[in-house]
Amino acid sequence: MNPAGMAQVVPHGVEYIRILPEIVLSLFGMAIMLIDPLVDERTSQRLLGYIALTGSIAAIAATLYQSQYPGVGFWGMIQVDSFSIFFHILVVTIAAVAILTSYEYMAVQQMRAGEYYGLILLGAVGMCLMSSAVELVLIFIALEISSISTYVLAGFRRRAAISSEASLKYFLLGSFATAFFLYGVAMMFGATGSTSIIIIGQVLRSGLIPVLAYVGIALMFVGLGFKVAAAPFHVWTPDVYEGAPAPVVGFMSTAPKAAAFAVLLRVMFEANAPGRVWLIWVAAALSMTLGNVGALVQSNVKRLLAYSSIAHAGYLLVAFAALPNQGIPAAMFYTASYAAMNVGAFAVVSHFAGAGERYVTLDDYAGLGRRSPILAATLTIFLLSLIGIPMTSGFFAKFYVFSAALQANLIGLTLIGVLNSAIGAYYYLRIIVMMYMREARDEAPAVPISASLGAALTISVAATLYLGILPGRVLEYAARSAADLLR
Amino acid sequence: MNAHPMNLDNWSPVILTLVTFIPLAGALLLLLMPRRDRDIRVISLVVSLLAFVLSLHLPVHFHRAQAGFQYELDKAWIPTPNIHYHLGVDGVSMWLVVLTTFLTPLCVLISWKSIHERVKEFFILLLVMETALIGVFVSLDLFVFYFFWEATLIPMALLIGMYGHGRKVYAAIKFFMYTMIASVFMLAAILWLYAKVGTFDFVTIQNAIRAGQVANFGAAAQWLFLGFFVAFAVKVPLFPFHTWLPDAHVEAPTAGSVLLAGVLLKMGTYGLLRFNLGLFPDQARANAWWVMILALIGIIYGALVALVQPNMKKLIAYSSISHLGFVVLGIFSFTQAGLDGATFVMLAHGVSTGALFMLAGILYERRHTYEISEFGGLAGSMPVYATFFLFIVLASVGLPLLNGFIGEFLVLSGAFQDRAVYGILGATGVIWSAGYLLWMYQRVFYGKITHPVNETLPDLDIRERVALWPAAAAALVMGVAPLFWLNAIDPAVHAALAPFEQLASKVVGQ
Repeated sequence: MNPAGMAQVVPHGVEYIRILPEIVLSLFGMAIMLIDPLVDERTSQRLLGYIALTGSIAAIAATLYQSQYPGVGFWGMIQVDSFSIFFHILVVTIAAVAILTSYEYMAVQQMRAGEYYGLILLGAVGMCLMSSAVELVLIFIALEISSISTYVLAGFRRRAAISSEASLKYFLLGSFATAFFLYGVAMMFGATGSTSIIIIGQVLRSGLIPVLAYVGIALMFVGLGFKVAAAPFHVWTPDVYEGAPAPVVGFMSTAPKAAAFAVLLRVMFEANAPGRVWLIWVAAALSMTLGNVGALVQSNVKRLLAYSSIAHAGYLLVAFAALPNQGIPAAMFYTASYAAMNVGAFAVVSHFAGAGERYVTLDDYAGLGRRSPILAATLTIFLLSLIGIPMTSGFFAKFYVFSAALQANLIGLTLIGVLNSAIGAYYYLRIIVMMYMREARDEAPAVPISASLGAALTISVAATLYLGILPGRVLEYAARSAADLLR
Repeated sequence: MNAHPMNLDNWSPVILTLVTFIPLAGALLLLLMPRRDRDIRVISLVVSLLAFVLSLHLPVHFHRAQAGFQYELDKAWIPTPNIHYHLGVDGVSMWLVVLTTFLTPLCVLISWKSIHERVKEFFILLLVMETALIGVFVSLDLFVFYFFWEATLIPMALLIGMYGHGRKVYAAIKFFMYTMIASVFMLAAILWLYAKVGTFDFVTIQNAIRAGQVANFGAAAQWLFLGFFVAFAVKVPLFPFHTWLPDAHVEAPTAGSVLLAGVLLKMGTYGLLRFNLGLFPDQARANAWWVMILALIGIIYGALVALVQPNMKKLIAYSSISHLGFVVLGIFSFTQAGLDGATFVMLAHGVSTGALFMLAGILYERRHTYEISEFGGLAGSMPVYATFFLFIVLASVGLPLLNGFIGEFLVLSGAFQDRAVYGILGATGVIWSAGYLLWMYQRVFYGKITHPVNETLPDLDIRERVALWPAAAAALVMGVAPLFWLNAIDPAVHAALAPFEQLASKVVGQ
C-alpha cells in the first residue's frame, strides 16, 4: 500500500463514488436474496427478475455518474479511469442482457429464481471490481467473488447430472487456477516489493528485471488464462459450457472473460510485464488453432460455441502481443464486440433449447429458417459476426487485432490468425446451412419469442451491427483509455 | 432534363452511391413487405431496372478521353483506422458496373416462375448481391473493397444452398470456403500495406509504392503480390484453383449462375488488373511467365473438359474457365491490345455466358434436367428458343460482328506481341470453343427427337423473350460497335500500363 494512503484512516466521500456501481449491485443482489423467501414462488421469478434488471440499469447509471470522478481511492487500491468505466459498462450491460434472456428460460425450465438473479448481480460486482482494481490482492479477491458466483450458476440445472458435473469441474479447476494466480502475486511481491500494479510498473521499468518477475507473470497468466479459456488452460470449457444453463453460458463466456482480459491488460501493459510477447504468442497461436480444430467436429451447438470461444480468446490474445497503443484499444474493442455477438447467440440457443435443454444438437437446428425466420435471421447475424464478415462487429474486432499485430511486425502470428478465421468459418456456416438448407424435423416446436427475449436480442443485434458499421466512437474511446492506462 | 446538363453534372458525386445502394434499399423494402410473391417480383424488377437506368448515367456523362477515376466521392468514414468511403470508376470498372446492373433485371425475369418457394428471401438475396457486386467495382479504398468483396460471399452461398439442386449444400460450402480462405491472404496483404502507408486509399498507396516511400516494400512485395493473387485467382478461377466452379454452377439456380459467371468471376480478373498490376507492376512482370502458363492451361484444359461434358450447365461452366483464361492471358501480356481485349472479353463473356445460363435454365424449367443426351431435335419443337440459342452460341464462339470476336482477337494479338507461342496456344482455345459449343448445339437441337416428351415442349413465352432480347441485342451491338466501349476502356488501360511503358506497344484495336 502506498505510503500516502497510510496517513489517511477513513476514505473520503468521493472515494465511495469510485465504488458506487459495486455498491449498487451488491445492494440489489442482497435485496433479491432477502425478498426471495417473502414472495410466492410462482410470482417470484418475474418480480425478482425485474429487481435484478433495475439493479443493473441503476449500476449503469452509477457508472456514468462515476465517470465524472476519475482518480484513485481506498489507499490506492481502486482506480477509476476511462478504462475501468469501459469495462464496467460492458460487464453490467452483459448482465442486463443475460437477465433479460433468463426470464423466459427460468419459466420454461421451472427453476427457482431467487439466488439465480442475486448471483448474477454479485458476480458482476466481482467483475466490475476486477476492472477498476489496481492492487493485485484486491484483484484476487474480486476474481474470487466473480468466480464463486459463476461456479454456482454453472450448476443451476440441479436436476441435470451434466450441470452438476460442469459446476464441480469448473470449481475444482478454477480453484487451482486462482491459486496459481495468487502464487504469481506472491512471486511478484517478492520480485518488486509491492502488490500495486502502478508501483510494480515503475519498478519493472526502472532497470534490471529480476527472474522472479518472469515467474510471477507466467503464474499469473496461468490463472487468468484459465478464466479467459485460453489454450493450454482451456480443457474445462466445452464440458462446462455444455452443462451450464444456456443464459449462464452466454453470461460467463463474456462478462468474466471481459473482466479477466481487463486484468490481463493492466498486468501486461500497465505493469509492463516482462516476457509478454512470447508468452502471449504461444498461447494465442494454440488457442486459435485448438479452438477452431476442436469446433470443426462438434455436433452439440453449446460445445461448438465453447470451442469457438476458445478460438476467440486466441484472436483476442493476439492484441496483447502487439504494441500497447494499438493492442489495448484492439483488445478492448474485441471484448465488446465478442460480448455483443456471443451473448446474442446464446440468447437464441437458450430460447430454442426448450424444457430440459432438449434441443441443443446441430440436427435440431434443421429447418429453423422456415419455422422461425426471425430467430434464424438473428442467429445468422451473430454467426456471421463470429465468422468476421464485414458489416458486423466481429469483422472490425479481428481487423483491429490483426492490424495491430502487423504494426508490431508479428507477421507469423497474423497469418496463423487469418488462416484460422477462415477455417473457423466452416463450423459457423454448418449452423447456417442447417437452419436454411436442411428440411425441418417437426419434433422441435417453434415457441413465440417473449418480449424480454426480444429486448435482449434487439440489444445484441443493435450492438453487433453498430460496432460493425460505425466502430469509430467505441474505438476512439478505447484508444483514449489506452492512453490513460499507459500514462 | 437534358436541357440542363449542369444539373445532371451535380449528380456526379452521388451517382455511384445511388447505383450501389438502390438495390440494397430495395432489399430492405422487400423485407418489410408481406409475402405476396407477385408484388415481390414486381418490386424487385422495378428496383433492378431503376438501378440499371441510373447506372446509364455513368457511360453517358463519362469523360472518355480522360484517364484516372471519375464520379469520385471521398468521405472520411472511420477515423482510426483511417478508412474513407472512397468511390470512383475508370473506364474498366464503369462497364463492369453497367454489366452488373444490366444482368440483374434479367435475373429477376428469369427467376420469375422458377423460384416459387421462399420467394421473398430469394429476391432479397439477389438485390443484396447486386449491391455487393457493384460495391466491389466502385470502391477505391482497399478496406471498402474488401468489405464488399466478402459481402458478395454470403448472398451467393445462400442462393446456391437454398435454391440450388442436387448437391447444393456441398456446392455452397465449397464455394464459400474456397473464396474465404483465399481472400484472407488478401486481407493480410491489405493490412500490411495499411501498417506501412497508414491509409487504405488505393491512389495514395499506389503513389507511395511508385515513389518508393514504403518501408521494407522490396522484401514484402512478392508476398503481397501473391496474397492478392491467390484471392483473385480463386475467384477467376484460374487453373488449378477452379474446382469449386463446376460444382457451384451446376447446383446453383439459374439467376445464381448468371450472376456467378456474368459478374462474380470478373471480380477476380478486375482485381488482377486493378491491384496486382496497379500496385505491384514489377512483381507482375516477374511472375507473368507462370501466370501466363496457368492461363493457357486454363484455356485449353477448360475447353477439353467442356468438350466431354454430358451436362449442359457443366459444359458452360468449363467454357467459362476457358474464356476467363483469355482474360488473364490478356492482362499479363502487358500490352494495350491485350488489356483492352481482356476487359472487353470480361464484358462480352458476362453477356453471352449469362445468356447461355438463362437458356439452359429455361430448358431445365421444362425438363428438369441438364443432360445433353436427354434432348435432340429441339429445333423443331422450339424454333424461337433454338434461334436465340444459336445466336448466343455464335456470339460465344467469337463470330465476327458479335461480341465474342473482338475481345478474343485483341487478347490474342496482345499475346502474340508478348510471345508468339502464347498467341498460338491461346488461339487453339478459340477453335476448341467452337467445337464444344457447336457440337453441343447440334446434339441438343438437330437430329431426331429421341424422347417423346421433347415433341411437345412449349416454346419461349413473352417473359422469357423479354429476358433474352436485351442480352442478344447487347451481344450484337457490342460486336458491331466495340469502339463505344473500347474508347472508354482505352485511357484506363493506358494508365494501368504506364509503369510498363517500355513494353506497351502501339494500339492495335483502334
